[in-house]
Parts: sequence; structure tokens; C-alpha cells
Amino acid sequence: MTALEVAGLTVAYGATEALRGIDLAVAEGETVCLLGANGAGKTTTLRALSGQVRPRAGHIRLGGADITALAPHRIVRRGLVQVPEGRQVFAGLTVAENLTLGAWTLRDPAEAARRRERVLARFPRLRERLHQPAGALSGGEQQMLAIGRALMAGPRLLLLDEPSMGLAPLMVAEIFAVIAELKAERVTLLLVEQNAAAALAVADRAYVLETGRITLSGPAWRVAKDPGVIAAYLGG
Amino acid sequence: MLAQQLVNGILLGATYALFALGFTLMFGVLRVINLTYGFYFTAGGFVAWYLTTRLGVGLALALPAAAVAAGAIAVVLDTLLLRRLRRARAGELASLMVTLGAVLALYAGMTALLGPDIRRLPPDVIGTGALVLGPVRVTQAQLLILGASVVLAAALVWLVRFSRLGLGIRAVAENPDVAGLMGIDAARIAALVSFVSGALAGAGGVLIGLAFNAIHPYMGEAMMLRGFVVIIMGGLGDIFGALLAGLLLGVVEVLTAGYLDSGLKEAVGFALLVLVLWTRPAGLFGRPVARRA
Repeated sequence: MTALEVAGLTVAYGATEALRGIDLAVAEGETVCLLGANGAGKTTTLRALSGQVRPRAGHIRLGGADITALAPHRIVRRGLVQVPEGRQVFAGLTVAENLTLGAWTLRDPAEAARRRERVLARFPRLRERLHQPAGALSGGEQQMLAIGRALMAGPRLLLLDEPSMGLAPLMVAEIFAVIAELKAERVTLLLVEQNAAAALAVADRAYVLETGRITLSGPAWRVAKDPGVIAAYLGG
Repeated sequence: MLAQQLVNGILLGATYALFALGFTLMFGVLRVINLTYGFYFTAGGFVAWYLTTRLGVGLALALPAAAVAAGAIAVVLDTLLLRRLRRARAGELASLMVTLGAVLALYAGMTALLGPDIRRLPPDVIGTGALVLGPVRVTQAQLLILGASVVLAAALVWLVRFSRLGLGIRAVAENPDVAGLMGIDAARIAALVSFVSGALAGAGGVLIGLAFNAIHPYMGEAMMLRGFVVIIMGGLGDIFGALLAGLLLGVVEVLTAGYLDSGLKEAVGFALLVLVLWTRPAGLFGRPVARRA
């Protein structure tokens, strides 16, 4: 069963085309990573999926339903949830308030409380800091909060935009351990990463994006052996 | 004499605070300087005047009706003038110019339609009795101002600080894009904030109309100057700051008029503002920008 299906997605900022007709699919329970250099269009892809930029052409289907023209808040209600680049926690609000906002679309307080318990069990450090402003957390803790906040929405498809960016090596390992955990729980994941080695190690399949086009795709192990990928992204 | 002046000042300051609360909320959440805000004040005064003089409605109904009408006008104007600018991420100068033009047109249109005359609420709209506490005399109109201001300010603080909707408002204030990623409809929050702000201004218009017994098209303009003094002094977007700065301005104005010269009271407000900004550029309470709203 396909969770996400993208066909011919084209996005332009003025005259510059950031995405030139990309095709991409994520199956239910699958972990897919999207690799590419800076400016290749990775973040634009996620922004288009979340409805933050309007595509010029193409279709986005979530669980078979067309979500191409929907506003961001409606896409979230359909279960496509993004952890944005740079974490983007609400710095002036407390950790608890950030988590509550993650479950904004949920109208069942008992279910929200259960989800919060699961998030706090997964990230015990957030429990210790529940009533502190999110802006006072370290970068790694903010990333945990951003992921926890997204899990509060009970996503059908979770988009992670550069979750390891700007974190200390130990924290990067911790974040990838969390991603592996989510994968083991069969959460459907689309991961955008600069850290190609770690992303390919955790993903089932991978796409390589170069100047707005998909230039390579396939099982992650095969993409990891591609000479071009090794040269460009794996420091070979 | 001094006790009476202080009481008068606090009561005048309560309406300033009420007016500035809506203004600072609008700025804090929507990040636009909306100069049409003064018009909602005028609109509230006129709706109450129309309802009480033409339809014989009592103040108990006219006050909330005027607030709701002003809130509705605020939503319409925000949608017409500012929604597109917000979407296009236009700078503050764009919203300033658009709303400046709009508010001048609105005042002029209203004057053309209704005339520049000062209108008065019917004398029997509120009792003429007064509460006398030793040397201090508080009229029924002043009691209403105090009661309405306290209730509305408390309701606003509850809405923003303690309700679920208020959490959504604070999220939109901090980052509308990320609020959208939470599933929050930022356009609906903007409409809600416009309505609440407009209603506060409208209620302020009725109360000031009552206190000074004068309602005219440009009443909102004079009030906007004070609104600016109060919200800048209190710290832009800071609700508690606006409350305290409003009270302070009211007291300073009344004391200036009483002990110096009534012609000086407006100048004193601005002198106070300059003094506060010299010593505390982020406003009286000087909280970091990220923590306001």
C-alpha cells in the first residue's frame, strides 16, 4: 500500500525552477531517504508536500487522496506531519505547550494524554524540562522536542528535514537511534539528510536529488554502492 | 483633591488600557501596525449612540452590541486590507501605509455621511448617582468603566494565557508557518484576534463616549495617539505592560490637567514616552522580544 505518491512535481520560485518534475513514492511502513547537495531541492520538496509552497505542476497523493492544493493545516489533519529544518520549536512556549500544540488536530484529550506519555517515555529528558521554555533547551533536546511534537499528531507519514543538522556527534547518533526505533515501530518516514552515510544505513530506499531532478533511486544498499553517490555524498 | 484626581486618573487610565490591550494584541499576534484600529473605537461609540438614541436600547445591551459590531468591522477590514500583505510577507511599512490611507478615508467618509457634530448619549442611559467614599466621589459612569475594563481585561488574559485557543494564538504569534505545520489555521486565528481586538476598541469607544459625553467621527484618532504611547511604553505586544502603562498614562494626564495646565496633558504623555524609551528601550518591563505576546 502506498502512503505517499508524488508525480511530476514542479515548484518554481519566480523564474527559477527548484523542482523539475520529480516522481517519488513511499510505501506504508517504509523508511525512505532523500539525498542531495545544498540547493538541490530537498527542503523545497518537503515544503511542497506540507503545502507551504504551491507546486506549479504535478500531483501529491497521501493514502490515495489528492492533497496537492490543500492548505498546510489541512494536510496535517490528513496525517502528513513535518519536523521542519532547524527544529523550529516554539522557543517562547514551554516544552509541555509545544507538545500540546503537536496534538492540535486531535480532539480527544485522553488520547492526547496517552500520546504525551509515550513521547515522554521515549524522551525522558523532555519530562525533566516540561515546564521550561523550549528556547532554553540544547539543540539536541530541541530536536527531540520537535520529533516528539510531530509524534503527538499521530502521523501516517512523518517528514524529517535534516534532523541531525548542527548537532554534536553524540547527539547525531542519538537522533539516528530514535529514527531506527521509529522505523522498527513501522512509522512511515521520509528523511532528508546531509549525513548520507547514516541516512542510507537506516533507510529502506533512497532517492538522489540534483538541481531539481531525481537522478538516482533504488534500495538504500544499492544507492550506497553507487560510485557517483560515494564520490559526492559519502566522502569516497 | 489629590485622592479624587488619582481616582479619576485610574478610571481614565482603565479605558486607555482597554483600548491599548486590543492594539497590542493585534500587533503582538499579527505583526502589523494596523492604523484602522482607532476607527473601531469610533465605530463602537457610534453604534452605541445609534442604538440608545434611535432604538431606545439600554446600555446593558448597547455596550456588548457595539463591541461585537466593532469586532466584525475589524475582521472585515483585516481581511480586505491586510490578509494579502501577510501572505506576501510584506514589511511593516506596507501595512502602515495601507492602513493609514484606509483610516483617513474611513474617518472622512463617516464625517461626510454623518456630519462632524459631537453626539451625546441620552442622559438617562446611565444613572446620575454617585458613590461617595470620604473625599472621593465616583460616578455610575466611572463605576461602569472600571467594571467593564476589569472584566474585559481579565477575560483577555484568560483567553490568551490559559485557554486552548490562546495557546494557538501564542503559537501563531511566534511563528505562523510552524503553527500551520501543527494543523492550526492561521487565517482563522488572525480573524479571531482581529475580532477580539476590534471588540475591545469598540467597548472602549462606548465607555469614553460615556465618560466625556461626546461621540464624533475623529474620536478614534485622538485615542490612537494615546494607544501608541501606551503600547510602546508597555512594550509592543505585552498585555500586562499595556495594562499598567494605560493606567499610568491616565493618572499622569489627570494630574497634569489638575495641577499644571489641561492643555499640557497630551504633551506630558509623549514626554513620558520619550523618558521611558530613553531609559528602557524595550518598554517599561523590557522583556526580551521572544517572550512577549
